[in-house]
Amino acid sequence: MDLAINPFSSGTRLRDMIRAIRACKTAAEERAVVRRECAAIRAAISEGDQDYRHRNMAKLMFIHMLGYPTHFGQMECLKLIAAAGFPEKRIGYLGLMLLLDERQENAMFCFEHLVVLNADRDLNHSNQFIVGLALCALGNICSAEMARDLSPEVERLLQSREPNTKKKAALCSIRIVRKVPDLAENFMGSAVSLLKEKHHGVLISAVQLCAELCKASKEALEYLRKNCLDGLVRILRDVSNSSYAPEYDIAGITDPFLHIRVLKLMRILGQGDADCSEFVNDILAQVATKTESNKNAGNAILYECVETIMGIEATSGLRVLAINILGRFLSNRDNNIRYVALNMLMKAMEVDTQAVQRHRATILECVKDADVSIRKRALELVYLLVNDANAKSLTKELVDYLEVSDQDFKDDLTAKICSIVEKFSQDKLWYLDQMFKVLSLAGNYVKDDVWHALIVLISNASELQGYSVRSLYKALLACGEQESLVRVAVWCIGEYGEMLVNNVGMLDIEEPITVTESDAVDAVEVSLKRYSADVTTRAMCLVSLLKLSSRFPPTSERIKEIVAQNKGNTVLELQQRSSLLERMPVIDEASYLAKRAASTQATISSDKLAAAATPGSSLKLPNGVAKPPPAPLADLLDLSSDDAPATTSAPTTAPNDFLQDLLGIGLTDTSTAGGAPSASTDILMDLLSIGSSPVQNGPPTVSNFSLPGQAETKVAPVTPQVVDLLDGLSSSTSLSDENTAYPPITAFQSAALKITFNFKKQSGKPQETTIHASFTNLTSNTFTDFIFQAAVPKFIQLRLDPASSNTLPASGNDSVTQSLSVTNNQHGQKPLAMRIRITYKVNGEDRLEQGQINNFPAGL
Amino acid sequence: MGIRFVVMVNKQGQTRVAQYYEHLSVDERRALEGEIVRKCLARTDHQCSFVEHRNYKVVYRRYASLFFLVGVDNDENELAILEFIHLLVETMDRHFGNVCELDIMFHLEKVHFMLEEMVMNGCIVETSKQNILAPIHLMEKTS
Repeated sequence: MDLAINPFSSGTRLRDMIRAIRACKTAAEERAVVRRECAAIRAAISEGDQDYRHRNMAKLMFIHMLGYPTHFGQMECLKLIAAAGFPEKRIGYLGLMLLLDERQENAMFCFEHLVVLNADRDLNHSNQFIVGLALCALGNICSAEMARDLSPEVERLLQSREPNTKKKAALCSIRIVRKVPDLAENFMGSAVSLLKEKHHGVLISAVQLCAELCKASKEALEYLRKNCLDGLVRILRDVSNSSYAPEYDIAGITDPFLHIRVLKLMRILGQGDADCSEFVNDILAQVATKTESNKNAGNAILYECVETIMGIEATSGLRVLAINILGRFLSNRDNNIRYVALNMLMKAMEVDTQAVQRHRATILECVKDADVSIRKRALELVYLLVNDANAKSLTKELVDYLEVSDQDFKDDLTAKICSIVEKFSQDKLWYLDQMFKVLSLAGNYVKDDVWHALIVLISNASELQGYSVRSLYKALLACGEQESLVRVAVWCIGEYGEMLVNNVGMLDIEEPITVTESDAVDAVEVSLKRYSADVTTRAMCLVSLLKLSSRFPPTSERIKEIVAQNKGNTVLELQQRSSLLERMPVIDEASYLAKRAASTQATISSDKLAAAATPGSSLKLPNGVAKPPPAPLADLLDLSSDDAPATTSAPTTAPNDFLQDLLGIGLTDTSTAGGAPSASTDILMDLLSIGSSPVQNGPPTVSNFSLPGQAETKVAPVTPQVVDLLDGLSSSTSLSDENTAYPPITAFQSAALKITFNFKKQSGKPQETTIHASFTNLTSNTFTDFIFQAAVPKFIQLRLDPASSNTLPASGNDSVTQSLSVTNNQHGQKPLAMRIRITYKVNGEDRLEQGQINNFPAGL
Repeated sequence: MGIRFVVMVNKQGQTRVAQYYEHLSVDERRALEGEIVRKCLARTDHQCSFVEHRNYKVVYRRYASLFFLVGVDNDENELAILEFIHLLVETMDRHFGNVCELDIMFHLEKVHFMLEEMVMNGCIVETSKQNILAPIHLMEKTS
């Protein structure tokens, strides 16, 4: 009433609020209205407004239904429940049920006690409707503790005189029993006595209570079996024979709900118990025959009846009756009925498979039905129906349907067909045929393990390989869009290419086809280049091309071209496989020697490469790498003669030896100019490039020498013998002519200065080297105060003898010499390196030159 | 157990009545309603009235602009639930006289009361229209 004066009053009636919300055109408007209303309600709550409490509660419920948070209203519920008037209580209980959530722990704790107090009072109220309210609310939301507290009250109410109360008490007991199964015994007796009532409401609740009791405890089940069966039969008989009762009549049948509940309870009681089943036989037969089935209500009863017959130990006559009803349902035009019939048939399968087989044709029709639910049910049923006898015809039907089915159904259908085919395949030819068809129709939905299994089967069945590869080739040409089909086909073409081209292993049913080698390569190439091919498919195509290149030598040039296009691919797998085909590029001899002496890691890892290159491969390729370990050192790195075989030792699957494959790439890449942008080769570069850094002029610092250590720990587990081998090598070379092993080097050269080192080693002291340094002045000015300094890493000791002179005459007229003595404590493992610093004066100006000497000959 | 929820939704997807017999949070409810409504709205009139959703079934029927959705357990008799929906509509019709969506909206609490009388804790309690409407008449007389 005071809307104008106090805009925040909660004076709006429920219908006005609803009108306002309905008038909103956008979600934002609605949110604004709701927010305003919530604010008003909150204000009213904090003021303790009495009059409009129930109106506010109704509004809150509406708002809650729209999905907005309303927890601030929960205390209001309690206040309403505590109020004296019936409408308030009603709304309060309703609000309690709607707004409160059993799972909200904290809320329930405080509420429980409050609610229990109130409910207790209400349960003892004289007004039966209030009692009913409390029972209703409790029945819907009470938790286990509340149930325990209030169960004595509820039990008492089960005996009350009012039918209303009794029925609600019965349902409340259901909840109690569900929450606290131990209390089931208390309700058993009362439940049975309730069955004698006349009031349908009470009966239906009582029946449901009995059902719940049976679920809750075994003793209850036994007790009920003994005591309430005749009561049930009587009820059913009365209700089906009774004359027209306008109260409960639905479409000419009296209280179908009661029918159904009783039938359900009979099913629970009769399951597994022969006596009970016998007892109810007659009444079931009566219901099944008498009920009219032209209305939905009648059909509902028949449905329940058939389920019951299937569930208990019925006589065969009764079973036949049931199956006939099912058959009638199946041919009904109403979709609902057919759905229900299919459901029933699934259960009937366990009982009587023969009968169900008779309806196979109809079921197959249902698989193609327009309705999604029916299709799903029918497909499941068909799956259950498959046995050895009808597997082939059923599969044929299903595969035919696969062609025309729509996308979302294809998934299920494919999975079912694959499992049927797998389970029931007696001969491999049929299995292969079906799988090929499925792959061409729905390859995208076929799961990975299915086509893996297919490949395994093909590789095991040698007589069918030719047939497989030819069929797959044809299928690939026809529809190359299905991923799995492409993968399997490409694999087969690679494996059995020669069978394809030469028509090997023809079966009687085949006609010869002409496929040339280049046709086969074409097919694989097309699959490789297709834009929709993913990495796995492309990888398989590449490997297949590799296999073909060795089987069909004339095409190998072309294959090389195709494969080479993928060399620069950003995906590691593809790049790897492309590089497998190449000749390994030639490595510079000098740098090879440097590498070998300087870092045995290279040889350790290449030894690993050789060792791991032994057969894991089931390929029939000429495997040129099966040689004893030391020799491959030379073979692998001596690259002119070895060909693809060395590299195709990597089998079709992903590289299992990480280091091996990396090395394969690394060795090719160190010499090729185009650096591939993948991190692994960079790592490898470092591994092998310790010795080759002089070639690349990298600026390694003294700390760089930790790299060899790193690399060494990476490949640590490998044979130390190789190290010895090399040590032997290097020492043997050092034993030979000293001077020729260590040629003089130009240690440093700039525009102004040139330094040359000459080496001498004494026999028997391989660690020590004497270096004669000679400095030449390349300019036309004389250098004065010439000082030469050198720094070496920690494992080297250096002794500098005094220079011959401090003045360097111009233009190389004469040179200054200085002698250095160097001891390498890690001789044979780490090479010499030295940093030099030269200071001199030219025409009174100070000059400084610095440099690093890395090109010491190996073995120093 | 039995009935899990009763929801009435109009053709635009707005929920008019929602009564849940199992416990779901507000977000879950909204998500659930959205999903199911979309499925039901997409079906034509000639398809059957049962939709399988997650681990339970939804039985639905359209009356004018309103969809009645009842979620039930898998072992429940679907045809019986169809009857139940019809019974609910008839009860409302008897009370409001030619019930329409607006009636339901403006008398939400009465609809809830009716539902309460008919279904408790997921089980069908009362199927006689007279018995269902009696307390409601009483309440209207007193207030």
